[in-house]
Amino acid sequence: MPEVRLSYDIDGDDFSSAGEASVAMKKALRQMGIEPETIRRCSVCMYEGEMNAVIHAGGGRAEVLVSPERIKITIEDDGPGIADVEAAMREGYSTAPPRVRELGFGAGMGLPNMKRCSDELDIETAAGRGTKITMIVRL
Amino acid sequence: MTIRDVAGILEAEVCCGEDKLDREVTSAFGSDLMSDVLAFAKDQQVLLTGLVNAQAVRTAELMDMSCIVLVRNKKPDPEMLALARERGIALLSTNKTMFLSCGLLYAAGLKDRGLPENA
Ligand SMILES: Nc1ncnc2c1ncn2[C@@H]1O[C@H](COP(=O)(O)OP(=O)(O)OP(=O)(O)O)[C@@H](O)[C@H]1O
Ligand SMILES: [Mg+2]
Repeated sequence: MPEVRLSYDIDGDDFSSAGEASVAMKKALRQMGIEPETIRRCSVCMYEGEMNAVIHAGGGRAEVLVSPERIKITIEDDGPGIADVEAAMREGYSTAPPRVRELGFGAGMGLPNMKRCSDELDIETAAGRGTKITMIVRL
Repeated sequence: MTIRDVAGILEAEVCCGEDKLDREVTSAFGSDLMSDVLAFAKDQQVLLTGLVNAQAVRTAELMDMSCIVLVRNKKPDPEMLALARERGIALLSTNKTMFLSCGLLYAAGLKDRGLPENA
């Protein structure tokens, strides 16, 4: 299987459509015949990253590269950046306002979930410039 | 049990998915926080929640859950209903609390799966 590249726009203005990129990725992976447990891990990584881009950064872009050895998910935004990455990685840490909690998010579980469901997680972030999260799920 | 049994036990209204009522379900997960569902759910088919929005449907879809039960008499808004219908997820609404809904389903034999090993 040659490397397959999937690209998605993450719309930051429309909360009600947030998560559609993840749903589209899941469908594509299923069509490629990827194993269900791997799809589940990728779906969690992508959905948490997509929701973070929408909630914390006003939208962004996602790219998924599927090769025979691994799936690499990159989610990038031009938002405010993560001020304290170490704190952000802790379960329960969230700066989400009450409005976001009412929508079912803001438990502070997203980044820990992404770490748990990926084999490698890398965060590049700069204040005022944005955040790039790269996750690798090995097949 | 089937989704039809779940609806019966909870005296729930079937908002959509009438054609899915004969699907088998064996376990359930209850939470209003979607990241908790993503963190802790594993192979449950029923999601009990008080969250009324499209994200509840997407979370269920991504986790391969075939049935959402809205507790505390919450009703789906048109958007949630349309999405659940489109994605083939049965959507129920019960006037019981989360606690009572979970208790009744557990007593009737629906399983808890505990936490995943890596949680
Ligand atoms: N793309 C991002 N841009 C800016 N800040 C971010 C971004 N992603 C995460 N953060 C910061 O890191 C914190 C922790 O993120 P995490 O995803 O773990 O939790 P959350 O999004 O607040 O809640 P949950 O994911 O449980 O809904 C966020 O509250 C926010 O402060
Ligand atoms: Mg998050």
